[in-house]
This record gives sequence, C-alpha cells and structure tokens, in this order.
Amino acid sequence: MSTKRHIHLQRLEAESIRIMRQVATDFERPVLLYSVGKDSSVLLHLAMKAFYPSKPPFPLLHVDTTWKFREMIAFRDDTAKRLGLELLVHTNPEGLAENINPFTHGSSRYTDIMKTVALKQALDAGKYDAAIGGARRDEEKSRAKERVFSHRAKGHVWDPKNQRPELWSLYNTRINPGESLRVFPLSNWTETDIWAYIYLENIPMSELYLARERPVVKRDGSWFMLDDDRFPLEDGEEPEMRSIRFRTLGCYPLTAAIESTAGTLAEVIIEMRSTHTSERSGRVIDKDQAASMEKKKKEGYF
Amino acid sequence: MSSADNAKLDMQQFIEMESSKSMLKFITCGSVDDGKSTLIGRLLYDSQLLYDDQLVELKKDSKGRASTDEDIDFSLLVDGLAAEREQGITIDVAYRFFSTTKRKFIVADTPGHEQYTRNMATGASTAEAAILLIDARLGVSTQTRRHAYILSLVGVKHILLAVNKIDLMDYSQQLFEEICAEFNSFAENLGFKSSYAIPISALKGDNITSRSARMPWYEGQPLLTYLETLDPEREDSTLFRFPVQRVTRSGQDFRGYAGTLAGGEIAVGDEVMVAASLKRSRVKRIVTMDGDLPVAGKGDAVTLTLEDEIDISQGDVLHRPGEPLERSNQFQAHMIWMHEDPMLPERSYLMKIGTQTTSVQITDLKYAININTSEHLPASKIDLNGIAVCNFATAQAIAFDAYADSPETGAFILIDRISNNTVGAGMIDFGLHRGQNLSWQSFEINRESRAKMKHQRPAVVWFTGLSASGKSTIADILEQKLAAQNRHTYLLDGDNFRHGLNKDLGFTDADRVENIRRVAEVARLMADSGLIVMTAFISPFRRERRMAREIAADIDFIEVFVDTPLEVCEARDPKGMYAKARKGEIPNFTGISSAYEPPERADIHLEAGNRSAEELAEEVLQQLQLD
Repeated sequence: MSTKRHIHLQRLEAESIRIMRQVATDFERPVLLYSVGKDSSVLLHLAMKAFYPSKPPFPLLHVDTTWKFREMIAFRDDTAKRLGLELLVHTNPEGLAENINPFTHGSSRYTDIMKTVALKQALDAGKYDAAIGGARRDEEKSRAKERVFSHRAKGHVWDPKNQRPELWSLYNTRINPGESLRVFPLSNWTETDIWAYIYLENIPMSELYLARERPVVKRDGSWFMLDDDRFPLEDGEEPEMRSIRFRTLGCYPLTAAIESTAGTLAEVIIEMRSTHTSERSGRVIDKDQAASMEKKKKEGYF
Repeated sequence: MSSADNAKLDMQQFIEMESSKSMLKFITCGSVDDGKSTLIGRLLYDSQLLYDDQLVELKKDSKGRASTDEDIDFSLLVDGLAAEREQGITIDVAYRFFSTTKRKFIVADTPGHEQYTRNMATGASTAEAAILLIDARLGVSTQTRRHAYILSLVGVKHILLAVNKIDLMDYSQQLFEEICAEFNSFAENLGFKSSYAIPISALKGDNITSRSARMPWYEGQPLLTYLETLDPEREDSTLFRFPVQRVTRSGQDFRGYAGTLAGGEIAVGDEVMVAASLKRSRVKRIVTMDGDLPVAGKGDAVTLTLEDEIDISQGDVLHRPGEPLERSNQFQAHMIWMHEDPMLPERSYLMKIGTQTTSVQITDLKYAININTSEHLPASKIDLNGIAVCNFATAQAIAFDAYADSPETGAFILIDRISNNTVGAGMIDFGLHRGQNLSWQSFEINRESRAKMKHQRPAVVWFTGLSASGKSTIADILEQKLAAQNRHTYLLDGDNFRHGLNKDLGFTDADRVENIRRVAEVARLMADSGLIVMTAFISPFRRERRMAREIAADIDFIEVFVDTPLEVCEARDPKGMYAKARKGEIPNFTGISSAYEPPERADIHLEAGNRSAEELAEEVLQQLQLD
C-alpha cells in the first residue's frame, strides 16, 4: 500500500502489521494458522510485509481434515514453497483411523473431531503460545465481540463473558503456563476490504474462487462439487457440469458453491457487489444450531 | 467491448470508490433501553447492508420475542452472544461494520449498565466520535452525565447527541430544545471539540438516513449524513514519536527498527534521538516491502534504519532532538479500574505503555472521582469501574507524553501479576520530576565487600504460613543454628514489627500489602548489609510474596512455606486469637475470615503437621545450602 489514496486499506494494513509484530516480539512459540482461503492469503501477505526484509519468525500450520478440495492442497504447498516458509500439516490420527467423515458422522461431529480436536492436538504438540488466525469480526455475530488478542484458558477454552478489556492498541499478551492466545490481525477487515486488497496487491489465490465448469450435484437447494469419488450420491442425484465458484473454502462436502460466470477476479468483485447473501451462508456448520459458532468457539474451534 | 472488459471497467470504478473511502470509528452509548442496538440495526437496514439470509434469520429470530411491536427486532443484529440474547441486553463491546458510498464505519456498541463502565471506556479508547443516545421521555439522566464524562476522560472529541424515541413525545421541538440546553450546560466543561444534536426515532427511522417529514421544524442533518461528513481529525500533535516494537535483522548487515509512528512525520535524512540514551543518528532508510519511502506519517507501520550503529532495543522510543518525551519514573494519571478485585495502593502491577512494559506501584491515591457529579472523594482503594487520580512510580524510568498531547504515548494499561488480567487503564496527566533527581547512590563499600567480611552469602529467608503455624519458632531455632556456625543473621518478626515500624498499620487488605512491602524493603536493606535475614510473617497473599521477591531483586530469596493444617494451628492457639476470630471478634483473621493463598511453588515446603520445630529448622538448614 504505497499510495496515499487508499486511506482506509492503508490503515487496516498498518494495524495488522503492528499486531503481527507484537506477536513475534511477545511470544516464544507463535504459529500462523493457514487455512488456504482468501483471508489466509491476505494474512500471509501481511506477515511477509511485517517482517520484511526478514521472513516471518513463525511456521504455518494447516489442519488437514483430508476432505479439503484437492486444489487447496496443491495451492497450499505451492504457497509455502514460493514464500520459503515452513509448513506444518496436522490430521487427527484417531479420526483418520476411524475414517470420520461428514457423510457418515454428520457435519457437527465431523467438525469437532477433524477440526476442533485436531487443532487442539496440533497446538498442544507444538506447545504454541500464540496462534494467529484470519477471522474477521464482520463474518459472524460471536466473532464481532472477540478481542484481537483473545485469551484461551487451559484446554483452549474461550470464555466470552470474561474477556480481557482491550484498549487503544495496548494488547495484553501475558499468559500463564498452559494458556494461550488466539490472535486475529484481520479483526477490523470486511469481506469487501479483503477483495479490494487482493486486487490492489495482486495477491495469489486459489482458482476455486473463480467460476469454472466443475462437476456438481444439487443437495438441499445448494450446489456441491464432486471433488473426488468419495462423495456418495443419493437416489436421483445426477452429477452435472456447471459454471460455479466458491465464496469461502472449507471441506468440499460442507462448502456450497454458487452458480456464476465470474471467471476473473474483476468479475468476482463485480458479482459480489450485487450479491444478496452473506458469505458464511455457504457453510453448513454455522447453521446446525442457534448460536452454533459461539458454542464451537468456546470449545476451541477457530 | 466484451463483458470481461466491461467488468474490468466497472471493477476499476468500484475499487477506485472503495479505496478512496475514509474510515470513521465511532462508539454508541446511552442508558439501558435507550435503543442503541436498535439504532445500529436500523443503520444497517436503512443503508441496505443486510444480506437476504441475515434478514430471513432476523425475521425468524424476531418471532416469539415481544420486545417491539414492529416486525423486525433490529437489536438482534448486534446483540450477538447467546447469553445476551437470553437476557435481552448487551453485555460487552461488539464491533459492527457498514459502509456507504462515502465512508466505511466501524461501530463499537457498548452497554449502558453502570457496572459496564469499563466496556464503554474500552470502546471509546479507539473511537473518533460518539453517538450518545438519550431517551426523549427521560431527558438527560445520571447515566448521560456519566457517559459524557467517560467520553471526555478518554478523549473522544466529537459528540452526537441523538435524542431518541422522539416519536413517543409527539415529535416535540420544545422538548428537544430543552434536552439540548440541559446537555450543553454541563457538556461545555468537558472539552469536546464539537457537539451536534439530532431528534430521532431509531424504531421508526426518523432522521436516520433522510430528514423526517414528521419533524419539519428540524433543519439540521440526518444522522447518517452527519456521520458521513464529520471531520474527525483531532488537532493532533505533530511531534514525531516512534516506539520501537521490534529489531529486525536480516543477513549480515541489515538492522532495522520496526514500529508504527505514534505521531508526526519522519523523512529520510532527519535527525532522531533515543529517549532513554539520548544518542542521536539520522534516518537512513524507511523500509517497506513495497519499496523504500521518502517519508512516513502517523499510523504507518514501517522499518527504519539509521546512519549510525547505536544501541536501540524493543521498548525504546525515537523522537526528534528538541522535541523530547517526558522521562521519569513517577507521574500522575487518571485511572479507570476494570476488575472485580479492587486496586490497592502499594500493590505492584505490570504496566504497558506503548512498547514499554515495566513494574509499577500506585504511590499515592490522591482522590476518587464521582463520575455522576465530578466530585473528588477521598479513597483507600478503587473498585471495579471506579475512576481515580493517582501518582505512580515505575521500576525503571519510562518515556511518555501527557495523554492530552499524544494519546498513543500517554495511555497505559495495568496487568495483574498473578492472573495476567488487564485490571486498569490510565491516561497520564504529567510527569513528577522527583524521580529524576533521585538516582541510586552507589558507594565504594558494597554488598559484596560487606558479605565478604562476614564470610557468607547474604539471603532473605521468607517464612510464610498461618498464624500459630510455627514460623517464628522455627525461624528462632534456625537463627540459633546459623549463629552456631558463626553466621551473621537477623530475624524480622511479625508481631515485633507491628509494635514499631508498622504500628500505624491495621489489618485491612490495603494495610497488609503495605505491611509486607515495608518488611520486604527492610529485609532487602539488611541483606544488602551482608546479613542472612529471616522474616516470619503470615504474608497471606501470593502477589505480595512475589513483590517481596522482586524487591529483593538480585539477593537470594528463599520462600519457606510452613504448611501446618488449620486445625493444628487452631488447636495450638497460643494467644487465643483463633477463639476470638471464631466468635467474630477479630475481623480479617487469616484462615477464618480472610484468605490464605498457599504458595504454588515454595522454595522449601515444610510439611509441618506435628513434627517438632527443631526437626523442621534442621530441614530448612539442610535445604538452604549456604556457602
């Protein structure tokens, strides 16, 4: 952001950089949770800026449920290689052994075991005292109240009613042994900011965000992509080729696509301007129960 | 032209518009039921910023709740947490985002309950403007005054007085004007740079996005127009301030100082000075990943390199020569207490200011402030949501500015040493310069030489435990054993101390803290003279024992926990104290009516029980490992 014209994006960028530097200065074992999506791409780009000409002094951690889009995994590996950063990948071994999947076990149980539990395993194993994530406050109601430096008690528990007051830019980074902080440098960014920034900064992102002809099936009124042959078809479901794209990236059986012809970033941004649904509407896990995100977050979900 | 080209053109316009927007952070505050959440929900709704699925969910949620007669309960949009939805109130700070064609907004929604002053201060600390809601039916209330005072204290300069629910008062112009007059009569002393008043109905949408036909007498701006056109620029000080956040090294030669400009501007070639060392150099490069900059301004996150190799580390602050920060270890500040455990003077806290962190004590609680009346009140402690003016002393000198001159370098938070909670927030008024002239005198004969003459290594052996646990008895025997080894010792005893040096102190929590602080200081002085000092005080609180350890600094500090069960102590009861305490004749008696916090990791843990004092003293002696 070198030009003075982009006033608010420049302010957001500077704020995020400051937060990243604070993490690197105050913690012994920080880690950046890299989820491969557009927010992660921005997060990583900001991390590269924060420590330039040096490299970010923390590794990337990806929790791989084994149900991510194949393109995501390829993009992830390319990104780490291109930037010369250490990439750690963790999958819940018990979940893997029991073949926990969203079809047989339901999205709620699957998410708990393959994402929440897996994340806690990886954080415990690495003894990470700070985990940087790309969550934004505009995404979802319970996120709107979360601190930038968000305290986690032993067992990664979040207590939303007992959060530390966070004033000015004076972030309290002190923790006792066994506790940790989740850090959200993109707290004050909106979805529009993310796209505008990706465009202006020319940040690489997965092609899944762009409309392409892809094999899909309609289920409960949403399009799901058949990323591999593990997607069990129900009676009457016929795969077909449609021009689709994704607004967020997660596990392919849980991430609905939208029909679109926006094949370039420019077209995506234009299409987004006239959209009438919020971005997390394509995520199945948010809807399972009232206040479901808050409940998951208390248990340690990111 | 192809559709892709069209899209590109459209998009460039869009990006142009998006990126040329400015940003306004504001806070909404007011009493319970004034309609803050409804107002924000209304702003989102009227500027058509809700997505269809959010609207469907909102309509679904609104059913079964009788809080409004309307179809949609807008407050549900902002009252995010499940607990809040159940209670129908907002309990924390929530941040909301919306944007119009002109501006992007970040709204901090904060609660109006008295007990949530801390949340309002939190929201206000990053706000450039405030919407202060008043219920037209109730007029200016005590809470209005309190909120206005907090906004002024935290330095919010622009106030929008939104007189809400005017629809319920027949859109009365006279009422509106009376409320404005009353507000202005006290707000004029609060130092706001601008204040503007609008009669609104958040529920019905009057004067929100456009001027209401139901109030033809109102000729001012609608609320959204006010927010879009307000110029929030504070009359910022132009002083260059660069707190160093991190030293960045790369390769053999690169050494840069990463940080965010807290104020002013800096250009390549400008001379800078380090606040602590007064060393000077010139800016060689202003480094960013997008290329070097010729100049950087307030808020920019950059990395500076300097012409000369001078010693600078994280926590240092750079400024221009001739524009120094204040530098002292003592200052006066306004403080807001944010925790259920009260602030006790003399207790030691961690203080974070800019990129500096240090140990701090409140040396003088000058007065508390009644925020409803601005009255000054004497106080011996500050409770949750209390506001006070105090003098502070830090362990090391710090560099700072008055908060009014430069909020970034004049604001601080206090952190509890045990829980690590953020317990207080402060705004520095001015430095006290006593500290600058009072430096440590260093003498030729030092601790090392004094200890050498005594052929021993000085130490503080700190006994802690319940009353009648055996601290004094064990310490007494230990001292005899040490004397037998020709060691030079001194025993500081709780009861004896309170007859002399500490006879002005009682047994309140605050006095207990001060009692221990004095003991720790005396112990340190005596150990500094070369002695092995034993102390026998109940010292029930972990924080104070940690403080004692910190006061001892580089002197060996050995915490001995005399772990005698309460029943045993109570059975011994040599002075009949437990009996009296049980009858309620002694308030604040440790173990009965006041807590004893056992050490988590004592250096020596004596499982005392019914073992003899002789045996226990011998165990301490063995574990002391004196040279």
